[in-house]
Amino acid sequence: MSNENILEVQHVTKEFPGVRALDDVSFQIRTGEIHGICGENGAGKSTLMGVISGVHPIGSYEGTVLVHGQEAHFRSVRDSEKVGLAIMHQELALSPYLSIYENMFLGHAKTTLGILDWDDLLEQSRGYLKRVGLTDPPETIVSKMGVGKQQLVEIARALSKQTKLLILDEPTASLNDEESEQLLDLIMELKNEGLTCILISHKLNEVLRVADRITVMRDGKSIRTYDAHTEDVTRSMLIKDMVGREMNALYPEKTPNIGDPVFEVKNWSVYHPEYHDKKVVDDASFFVRRGEILGFCGPMGAGRTELMMSIFGKSYGSRSEGTAYLHGEEIHFASPHDAIKKGVGYVSEDRKSLGLILIQDVKTNISNSSLPMLSRWGVVDDDREIQAAEHYRRSLNIKTPSITQLVRNLSGGNQQKVVLSRSLLAEPEIFIVDEPTRGIDVGAKYEIYTILNDLAAQGKSIVMITSELPEAIGMADRIYVMNEGKIKGVLDRGEATQEGIMHMALS
Amino acid sequence: MADNSLTSNTMSFGQLLKKNVRSYSMFIMLTLIFVVFAVLTGGINFSPRNVSNIFMQNSYILILASGMVLVIIIGNIDLSVGSIAAFTGAIAAMVYNTGIGLIPTIIVTMMVGAVIGVWQGFWIAFMGVPSFIVTLSGMLLFRGLTYVITNVSPISLRDEGFSKITSGFLNSEALMAGDVSLLPWVVGAVLAVILVGMSIQAREKRRRKGFVIAPVSALILRNVFVVALIAILSWKFANFRGVPIVGVVLAIVVTILTFVTNRTVFGRYVYAVGGNKRSAKLSGINTELVEFFVFVVMGSLAGLAGLVFAGYMNSALPQAGQLFELDAIASVFIGGASMSGGIGTVIGAIVGGLVMGVINNGMSLMNIGADWQYVVKSLVLLLAVFYDIYTRRKAGLA
Repeated sequence: MSNENILEVQHVTKEFPGVRALDDVSFQIRTGEIHGICGENGAGKSTLMGVISGVHPIGSYEGTVLVHGQEAHFRSVRDSEKVGLAIMHQELALSPYLSIYENMFLGHAKTTLGILDWDDLLEQSRGYLKRVGLTDPPETIVSKMGVGKQQLVEIARALSKQTKLLILDEPTASLNDEESEQLLDLIMELKNEGLTCILISHKLNEVLRVADRITVMRDGKSIRTYDAHTEDVTRSMLIKDMVGREMNALYPEKTPNIGDPVFEVKNWSVYHPEYHDKKVVDDASFFVRRGEILGFCGPMGAGRTELMMSIFGKSYGSRSEGTAYLHGEEIHFASPHDAIKKGVGYVSEDRKSLGLILIQDVKTNISNSSLPMLSRWGVVDDDREIQAAEHYRRSLNIKTPSITQLVRNLSGGNQQKVVLSRSLLAEPEIFIVDEPTRGIDVGAKYEIYTILNDLAAQGKSIVMITSELPEAIGMADRIYVMNEGKIKGVLDRGEATQEGIMHMALS
Repeated sequence: MADNSLTSNTMSFGQLLKKNVRSYSMFIMLTLIFVVFAVLTGGINFSPRNVSNIFMQNSYILILASGMVLVIIIGNIDLSVGSIAAFTGAIAAMVYNTGIGLIPTIIVTMMVGAVIGVWQGFWIAFMGVPSFIVTLSGMLLFRGLTYVITNVSPISLRDEGFSKITSGFLNSEALMAGDVSLLPWVVGAVLAVILVGMSIQAREKRRRKGFVIAPVSALILRNVFVVALIAILSWKFANFRGVPIVGVVLAIVVTILTFVTNRTVFGRYVYAVGGNKRSAKLSGINTELVEFFVFVVMGSLAGLAGLVFAGYMNSALPQAGQLFELDAIASVFIGGASMSGGIGTVIGAIVGGLVMGVINNGMSLMNIGADWQYVVKSLVLLLAVFYDIYTRRKAGLA
């Protein structure tokens, strides 16, 4: 490792409409080091990597990026690849039905007059595959390999592009422990061969194991860079920097009135929809009481959404195991229809593709779950439908010129209220809300918190999945912490701190 | 975004026009095409006989189109309807030749169509095979079965009674004034009173609820248009034998399907599934069942279309129904349905079908052959859908 900087980011600020994703970020990557980057969801890590790799072209941000000491003018990802940068995304970018070596040279294979020499490429691929330690024959179709091996193919692909700086975005998120170990070892080896790596990871243990230096980001700012060789960096130090923001009165006051347990789930496991042996949720058990707001925290990919969707009428996964009890009696939900009928509501985190029907109006979106209730002999009663929609427009303060407005024309916060209305109209007893305040502004957030508190006060049980720790602490009566498909523990309202939750999740 | 107040409850004429430009432009296009051909043919296409003819020549396509629009709203396609029409036409002829009468024949044929819909709907909705594949297979299957049951030769009908369903007229001796039948005028008058009354009542209801309503001028204009259309048809029918029976059949099909799509829970589910299937599923809608029933409805309408076509030809032909599916699909898209699902109306599909029918008819009257009819129809399809996409994009709906 030298003291020369392969990459230097100087005062970079990047804004999206309404959000400042990066705020005056500066840091350096030294040639030949492994540089860890840590931060909560939404801290700006992905946006930063987008700026570095040309996903966000020059001119769309302020500040400068220097590569090998020269200012970079990347207009696209291709430009950054030319100077030896490669990024490996969380979702793999391989073409599933092509072979290993076809994938490796896709888009940058050398041709003679536009003609490919496949034999030559096959030969070349062997060398790179040996370097990453992949023993499968290069003709193997990538979809037949596990995620871990596919990742190795991605790295081999990066090496074949003469990459000098490799950015790995959550590379171990979908790997098991053994595969993760192997991948980290490989990164160390490649470092010894002269490759520079940026490692973005939620798993602090991994970062601490391999990184030479670690930069912590929070709220779009680079908070601090640690040198692992000169300082004694600990998990606690990193976590403190990651969450160290002030809690204000962002959450409405409430006086919990909690009753007996209403809904209980025992030993629930969910299997991946495509890889049928892989457990996405492993032996999860929890319960929720009357009038209680339950928080579910954990990093992305912890299995929270998958757990809830699987409970909500088998909406996720190839299969599931476990039992659910409503009022002490075992209960099965065959479909979302069945779950809604038996008193469970679910509001998806993905408003646009799983929540709303964007080409329909506010009224129709609100009534879609409850049409049988609003009709006689299968004919929809317009009057009652309009009354119901108007009721929720007023009580949830949905800002729309009329209930016949198309929902695609509403703001994110108002769209969220429409989805909530739809679920509430079906009168759920157990109300599962998945990231209810994602992507909406502060004012609308407060309104949604108030709605949830009111529901709890009416005796409904609320399960709130959230990635924002302050939100969980400000709203929830109890917090379940999940990571890697398992429930890691539960914290009461009084004892939950951001550090505590992070420690629990990453333990 | 506009403010929240409800002070101004009457939208301006301009707003109304803007909001409905697509549905209006469909009618305007149909009228224009009709007028153009009236000029080109010296008014022959507007003669009483020809107006009745247009309905008869296109009735089976219009029946198929009004079912096809449901299939396309839920984001699917049905390529098999032509073959099913041939198959059910043959079944209809066989059933009718046993002598059980026309009404039981219609019921049996539509039930056979429904059973075919059950078969295809099962594979599409519950087994997850794409509708394109299932109905492509159905296209081959029912063509083959038609050849099997007909021995590849036409089945003639035992008497003239069957063909009345397509080429017969409703008339009454008591209501004749010389050569002119008064029945169409009576039927027309009743229909006009009902439609005008309903539109006034609907507006009144919306006004009482404090909804945004169209101005009185628009209400009058719309009703004048409806009454004029009914009057023209009554006049034409009165001067040529009376109300075509197939027109009545069509009116029943369109009324029922319009009611189902607009007012019933099932209709709303159809639009929800088409608008966003995954969201509909999570909203508690049994999306598979909705898809299944849409194909059952399509099957029974294909049965009816097969029967009507056999009536039109006065025999069941083994080669019947070829390319019907494409005419029906084109009608639906000319009528403003969206390729990505969730958008479309039964009335739109009918108007789309009539656009093509009027063009065919007009060009035939001008002695232009089928070769050029194909060319013109292809351009109409392309431009109509382009216009639709263009206006939708402009309205921010794309």
